[in-house]
Amino acid sequence: MTEPGRLPKWVDYGLLPALNLLAALLLAGGIIRLMGESPVAALKLLADGAGGSPESIGYTLYYATNFIFTGLAVAVAYHAGLFNIGAEGQAYIGGLGTGLVCLAVGHWPFWIVLPLAILAGAAGGAAWAFVPAWLQARRGSHIVITTIMFNFIASALMTYLLVNVLIRPGQQSPETREFAAASFMPVLPFFGAPLNLAFVVALGVAALVWIFIWRTRWGYAWRVAGANPSAAVYAGIHPDRVTLGAMLLSGALAGLLGLNELMGAQHRILLDFPGGAGFVGIAVALMGRNHPVGIVASAILFGALVQGGSQLSFDMPRVNRDMVVVIQGLVILFCGALEHMFRAPLVAWYRRRLEQSNPQSAIRNPQS
Amino acid sequence: METYTLVVLLLAATIRVATPLLLAALGGLFSERAGVIALGLEGMMLGAAFAAAAVSAASGSAWLGLGAGIGTAVLLALVIAVAGVTFRGNQVVAAMAVNIMVAGLGPSLALAWFDLGGQTPQLNDAAQRFRELVWPGAEAARHTPLPGLLYAELLSGHSVIVYLAFALVPAAAWVLYRSRFGLRLRAVGENPSAVDTAGLSVTGLRYQAVVLSGVLCGVAGAYLSTAASSGFVRDMTAGKGYLALAALVFGNWRPWRTLGACLLFAFTDALATRLQGVPLPLVGVIPVQFVLALPYVLTVLLLAGFVGRAVAPAAIGQPYEKER
Amino acid sequence: MNSAPASSPALELRGIDKRFGTVHANRRISLTIARGSIHGLIGENGAGKSTLMNIVYGFYPADAGEILVGGRRVDVGSPQDAIAAGIDMVHQHFMLVENFTVLENIVLGAEGGWQLAAGLARARARLEALARDYGLEVPLDAVVSTLPVGLQQRVEILKALHRGAEILILDEPTAVLTPQEADQLFRLLGRLRDQGKTVILVTHKLREIMAVTDRVTVMRQGSIVAEVATRDTSPRDLAEKMVGRAVLLRVEKGPARPGEVVLAARGLEVRDRRQVARLKNVSFQLRAGEIVGIAGVAGNGQSELLAALAGTLAPSRGEIELAGHELVRERLDARARRALGLAHVPEDRLHDGMIGGFAAEDNAILGYHDRAAYNRGALQDRRAITADCERKMTGYDVRPPRPRLPLASFSGGNQQKLVLAREIEAAPRVLLVGQPTRGVDIGAIEFIHRRLVALRDAGCAVLVVSVELDEILGLADRILVMAGGEVIGEVPRAEATEERLGLMMAGVRGEGAA
Repeated sequence: MTEPGRLPKWVDYGLLPALNLLAALLLAGGIIRLMGESPVAALKLLADGAGGSPESIGYTLYYATNFIFTGLAVAVAYHAGLFNIGAEGQAYIGGLGTGLVCLAVGHWPFWIVLPLAILAGAAGGAAWAFVPAWLQARRGSHIVITTIMFNFIASALMTYLLVNVLIRPGQQSPETREFAAASFMPVLPFFGAPLNLAFVVALGVAALVWIFIWRTRWGYAWRVAGANPSAAVYAGIHPDRVTLGAMLLSGALAGLLGLNELMGAQHRILLDFPGGAGFVGIAVALMGRNHPVGIVASAILFGALVQGGSQLSFDMPRVNRDMVVVIQGLVILFCGALEHMFRAPLVAWYRRRLEQSNPQSAIRNPQS
Repeated sequence: METYTLVVLLLAATIRVATPLLLAALGGLFSERAGVIALGLEGMMLGAAFAAAAVSAASGSAWLGLGAGIGTAVLLALVIAVAGVTFRGNQVVAAMAVNIMVAGLGPSLALAWFDLGGQTPQLNDAAQRFRELVWPGAEAARHTPLPGLLYAELLSGHSVIVYLAFALVPAAAWVLYRSRFGLRLRAVGENPSAVDTAGLSVTGLRYQAVVLSGVLCGVAGAYLSTAASSGFVRDMTAGKGYLALAALVFGNWRPWRTLGACLLFAFTDALATRLQGVPLPLVGVIPVQFVLALPYVLTVLLLAGFVGRAVAPAAIGQPYEKER
Repeated sequence: MNSAPASSPALELRGIDKRFGTVHANRRISLTIARGSIHGLIGENGAGKSTLMNIVYGFYPADAGEILVGGRRVDVGSPQDAIAAGIDMVHQHFMLVENFTVLENIVLGAEGGWQLAAGLARARARLEALARDYGLEVPLDAVVSTLPVGLQQRVEILKALHRGAEILILDEPTAVLTPQEADQLFRLLGRLRDQGKTVILVTHKLREIMAVTDRVTVMRQGSIVAEVATRDTSPRDLAEKMVGRAVLLRVEKGPARPGEVVLAARGLEVRDRRQVARLKNVSFQLRAGEIVGIAGVAGNGQSELLAALAGTLAPSRGEIELAGHELVRERLDARARRALGLAHVPEDRLHDGMIGGFAAEDNAILGYHDRAAYNRGALQDRRAITADCERKMTGYDVRPPRPRLPLASFSGGNQQKLVLAREIEAAPRVLLVGQPTRGVDIGAIEFIHRRLVALRDAGCAVLVVSVELDEILGLADRILVMAGGEVIGEVPRAEATEERLGLMMAGVRGEGAA
């Protein structure tokens, strides 16, 4: 995760992600053409479905809320040098915690239920992240593989619980009874349901994450460990402890997804409620350059893709919501793995410009 | 005698379940030995499964389907190689990008082309699938338990891909340890600078290894959709690519040990399938979800218990950059 | 520049030019090297010698210029082309696959057929003949990682000969050798020359140039500044040409006034992952107000000693006492040791001591980031951190003095100065310094040496580990020599000579061993 060169902020956080997104959308357009539909028409439908009315904007932001939580989860781990692919499972188990609180004490006053639900969600997500983190720190197993396995295991566990334990008696579909109405997240005015207070919570959490990562000594220590583990040891920072701490926070952030999805919208625990948001979080974090502001922005963009995409699948039956998953993969590819493709030419271009305007520039390349 | 038959059938199932794992794991072995992380096995396999089923359904030929599967997986392998080798991007991210993209692309294209809700049509025609090859006298021998049943169930009665997969183990071992290509491959995964200064192309070798892993994943994917089942369904690899990767890590990046790890995974899987709904002493009927989760739990346990001591290729996951 | 000899020269370079980004590494270099000679290429770190040789070897493309081998223009776009033209190179860091056998390493890239067994058999016969001709015995079936570095270097040379090298480039070949091993190498190079091979020796050590070369070319800041016959020059003359002015070859310092013992190591032992002991039973004391030098060939336990003292590597046995604490028993990590006044400038600073992508100011607090001065409650005090970095940059002349700039944008020398500033300004009781001047230009070397002496005079105990004997002899008040993971002996500065230290570095125990 070394920086090959320096770019001004507007290029790094604006132009570069925009170019990457453009490349991903162009390819996606090509695929839509392959399906026999018009990419331009599809894009129009998509944009209209995502932002054409207050209601659709509300839906966009509602989806974005999930992605802010998972995007932050991936980013926090990334800063500590870890690739958390387990946000999906962590959100699933975290949601279980939130849901259980609502089922058990949902009739209590909302302002007591909310902190309990936040704590339970964070605890569930953190617990599910703890095992892979511990295994990496102590046993050296690769966290990418273990977190993937824990997604599968979470899925099996939740299916078992919903089918055999938590199912509402006398009902066929594997889901719990509805929470008490007192525990529903308040709906935000103007946009209407399902956009709810969880969106505001997500924005607040994003701000807290920013402060923690860039303005505290602990965030500093995590970033050191993530950027250069041997420098961390040199500085007396223990990479093992950072791995544990960062994964616990990462899982906790993912675990908050239930606030929006369960308390805010579904009002019950049901099968597969994260719906892939954990994987969207990877794309969101990479495109947002792992910065909370960027994450909120790209989460809203992906919210728009999901919302617009479901609208699109009504009007273009041959294009279904899986296209969003394709775009997600392409964004991960361009923003994450292929970042040097656009970045290197931009750096060269910027350096040339800098040299022309200031030939005596004292800034030099590192040379060993 | 009842138990004996059950065991033989269990072993036969093990062989069938092991086949796609083994193919993918051997592919991953070449890739990782060359220093490129093989996390993309899942996506390459899934992409190949879709392409093989789609082309087989459209053309009526399983062999054309196999070709399409290999072609698709190689294409995806090239995506990983371009990102991870040429542009020196993060190989893990590149592989996950491919995996996620393919997870959406298969159902998307299936819906657009076949309009069956994200699946391919059922492959009912005999030529559309790889059928089991029945060896001479196998049906007759079935009635004599030893060695007849063993012959009929274990040796005979598999599709051609199964035999190919198992034959590839000694072949892979030979290539890796006894050929010039293998020597160079192992060198590039350990110390790419040594390869570069010896006048060989690091990029070229890594591309060859990644493409090879694509070819084998292509066969594995085609096996899933045109031999083990009759058509493509959403998420049909269900983590098999990751299990294959775990098997090759557990097999210490060596062909024969990887075979052993694949057989272990496959046996657990086959056993778990047998145990579904069967009451066991002491514990009773094990819930189906626990049975399904068993391979994943096993992966976690194996990697946690043993891999700490395994020695990965030294340069794995590191993009090669010349020193200055 | 002299004209080429009558017969066509082995190698001729015309107008080679190379830039890395904004760094002009080679400026229109033209150079002629006679067949059957040993040609020295000398210059400071960063003078562009290695770049030039890597261009000749096809490892980097040149931006301009041409290369002639035996009078014929060749296009070396890759090492493959260079090898085909008879040019081969032994790199400073060996290009060997550690877990391969010697034979496998030698044939890599020249296997002779797609089947390995046949090729290996043919190569074995050829290599045995080569080894006889040149007196280059190596065990062909040994795994490389089990061989001592001296033998690994022979493997590299044998590899080049096997590939048919006529021109052999050696880049800083003695960095990992004892003086005695270096002499052996030089005899081997002499034999190669006598058989008609051409040798190019790249080094920054004057002694080697004087001992073995026929002609010498001096490079400075990417250009050739002189080319002379070795017998017509002197070390002082060459040194002045390298630096461009008269140099101070010794460090100005008064006598040491050692005080009380501030750090004591007792019976330290470090084992690597394979349970091989890298550090064996090392005991010594450091007193306030003295500089103790650790001499030794690279890889003889010095790195492990530094790491064990600094707290980045846990010793398997032994104890370190500092300020009334037992560091090993109390399991104090690097941060806790800093709190006790133990500062550390690591050997590989670029890798271990800093983070290139972080701003300079964030690097200037690394390891001290939890001190009260940099924090206000739970939050970092960013203003104090910036001001602190500005102060250090001014005091140590770090250029450009811009704390927010990522460290990777600074030159190597300036990065080093910032690390040094961070560790010295913490006002330590004990300072550990690994390879103080590695990768630093001569101007900065003098600056760093003066700082270390000043710190000593202020009452700090300084431990200097260096593979440069000159540096140890210049700085240290007392010298410990390490070989094979042990402290083989201790020599007061007044009694130390290069020959005596060299013998001890080779493992011969000196009198008065600790």
